[in-house]
Amino acid sequence: MAFLTLDSVVKSYGERTVLRGIDLNVERHQVVCLIGGSGSGKSTLLRCINALEDINEGEIRLDGDIISGEGINVDLLRRNIGIVFQSFNLFPHMSVLKNVTLAPIKIHGIDAATAHERGMELLRRIGLGDKANAYPDQLSGGQQQRVAIVRAMAMDPKVLLLDEITSALDPVLVGEVLDIVRELANDGLTMLLATHEMSFAHEVADTICFLHEGVILEQGPPSQVLDAPQEAHTRAFLSRVGRLRQ
Amino acid sequence: MTVAGTFAFVVWVARSLWRIAPTSGPWHIALTTVAICSVLAALTLFIPLGNALRIRTKISRAQAAGDITGVRKYASRFRTAAWLAVVSSFATICITLFVLFLMANNHAVQQTFFNPAMIGRSWLNVTKAFGENVMIALLSEIIVLVLGLLLALVRLAPGKVGRPISLVATAYIDIFRAVPAIIVIYLVGFGLPLAHIPLLSALGPMEFAILALSLTYSAYVAEVYRAGIQSVHYSQVAAARSLGFSHLATMRYVVVPQAVRRVIPPLLNDFIGLQKDTALVMVIGTVDAFNQAKIYASNYFNLSSVTVVAILFIIVTIPQTRFVDHLIDRDQRKLRGGS
Ligand SMILES: Nc1ncnc2c1ncn2[C@@H]1O[C@H](COP(=O)(O)OP(=O)(O)O)[C@@H](O)[C@H]1O
Ligand SMILES: [Mg+2]
Repeated sequence: MAFLTLDSVVKSYGERTVLRGIDLNVERHQVVCLIGGSGSGKSTLLRCINALEDINEGEIRLDGDIISGEGINVDLLRRNIGIVFQSFNLFPHMSVLKNVTLAPIKIHGIDAATAHERGMELLRRIGLGDKANAYPDQLSGGQQQRVAIVRAMAMDPKVLLLDEITSALDPVLVGEVLDIVRELANDGLTMLLATHEMSFAHEVADTICFLHEGVILEQGPPSQVLDAPQEAHTRAFLSRVGRLRQ
Repeated sequence: MTVAGTFAFVVWVARSLWRIAPTSGPWHIALTTVAICSVLAALTLFIPLGNALRIRTKISRAQAAGDITGVRKYASRFRTAAWLAVVSSFATICITLFVLFLMANNHAVQQTFFNPAMIGRSWLNVTKAFGENVMIALLSEIIVLVLGLLLALVRLAPGKVGRPISLVATAYIDIFRAVPAIIVIYLVGFGLPLAHIPLLSALGPMEFAILALSLTYSAYVAEVYRAGIQSVHYSQVAAARSLGFSHLATMRYVVVPQAVRRVIPPLLNDFIGLQKDTALVMVIGTVDAFNQAKIYASNYFNLSSVTVVAILFIIVTIPQTRFVDHLIDRDQRKLRGGS
C-alpha cells in the first residue's frame, strides 16, 4: 500500500459537493503535483488531508493508519503532515526564529536551546540566518514564504502539503521559493503540492494529477499528462495556461 | 463683522464684571484680572482678521497683474484666514458666556461651585478619600482584565461541547451589560450582607464595590476581547492548527497575543468608564471622594467640595483619554500606511 492514500474521498460544503470521489496514492519520497483551474478543489483536497476540513465520505490513510473520520486525534495527525499556504500566514507578533521554534518547543517539548540551534541551522540553510530576529512584516514575500516552509519542516513532518505557495508572490521572487522545494524533493521528502508553475511541476513531480470539478480526470508522469494529455479538459486547461500549443 | 460683534460682547461682559466687583479686597483684584484678560483675549481676535484683510489686498493685486495661480492661492488663504477669525470668535463667545454664567446673580454661581474657602477647607480630605476611588479602580481593573478574557474565551468555546458553557458566558455578558452599574453596586453592597453567605457577607463596603464593578465591567471587557479575537484572521488559526496546536494552545500563543494588541484602545476606554463609575460606590457607604465631599456639601450648603471631586476625576482622566487618542491615531496612521 502506498504511503499516503485517498480512497473515494467526498467533501461537500452544504449542498455543494467540492470533491466527488478522489482516489490518490502518494508513495514514500514521491512528489505529486495537483494542477487544475481555480475552484477545481485543489486547496480543499489538501485541507482535507491534514484535517483542517472534515471529509463526508471515503478514507485517508497515512503509512497504513486511517487518519480521517470521527475520533482521530487531529493534533497528533497534523504533527506528521505539514502544510504551507498561499498567504504565508506567519505569526506577525513573533520574530522569524520564534515562528520556527514555537511548535517544536511547545508541542514536541524540545528544550529552547536545542530548538533555537536547529531553527538557526534551518534558517541559515535557506539563507535567512541574519533575519532570525526580524519580524515577518520586515521580510519580502519570498522570504516570508521560505520561513513558512522552514516552520513546517521544523516539525519533521512525514508529508508536506504545499498549496500554491508561489501564487501570491512577485514573479522575481518565485524562483527562490521553488529552489527550496526542489531541494526538499531532492532530499527525498514526500510532498503533495498544488501549483500553477507548470514547468516546475514538470521538473520535480513524479506524478501529475489534473483536477477538474472535484475529480482527478487524468494522472500520470509529467511527460504524459503535461506533454501528451488525453482528456479534452486537460488539453483545454493546459493551453489556457500557455503550456500546450494546439 | 463677527469679530467686531464678539469684541463688543466681551467688552460689555468685562464692564459688568467691573461693576459687580466690590471696590476692594481680593475679589476686586480677581474680577478685574478676569475682565482685563477677556478683553485682551478678545483683542487677539483681530490678528486673524487683520491677516484676512491683508491677504485680500494681495488678491486684488494679483488680479490686477493677471496672475491666475496667485489669485487662486491668495483666495484660498483668505478663506482659511476668514474662517479662522469666525471660528475663534465663536470660541471666545462660548468662553465669555461661561464666565457670564459664573458671575450671574452677583457671582452666586461661582460662590456655590468654586468657593475658594470651601475648596481650601475640603480638598485635603477629599483628595485623601479619592485614594479609595483609585484603589477600587485599580483592583477592579486587574480582576476585569483576567475575568473579561476568560469570559470571552468561554463564549468562543468551539464545537458541540463548548456550546453549553458558551451559552452561560453569553447570558452572563448580556445580563451584566443590561443592568446599570449603580444597581449592581446596590444589590451587591446591600444584598450580600443580608444574605449571610459565609465569607462573602463578611466583606467590607470597599470589597463589595470592587466585586460589583468587576462583575459589570468584565462583561463589557469580555466583548472588547471577543471583538479582538474575532478580528484575527482565520488563516492564523489554520496555520497554528496545522502545526499541531490544540484550540486552546492556538488561542494562547497565536490569537490572544494578537487580539490584545488590537484592543488596547477600547480596553482603556472601558477602564476610564470604570474609574468614573467608582463615584457610584457612595450609594453603599464607601467613604470615597464623592461621599467625603457630600459630607462637606451638606454641612456647609456649598458644592465646592464636590467640584474638587470633579477636578480630581478630570486630572486623572484627561491624560488617559489623550493617551487613547494617541494610540488610535497611531493605529490609523499604520492602517493608512498600509502595514
Ligand atoms: N469554506 C467553504 N465553503 C463553501 N465553499 C467552499 C469553501 N471553500 C471552498 N469552497 C468551494 O469549493 C470549491 C473548490 O475550492 P478550492 O479547493 O479552493 O479550489 P482551488 O484551490 O482548486 O482553487 C470552490 O468552488 C469554492 O467556492
Ligand atoms: Mg486554492
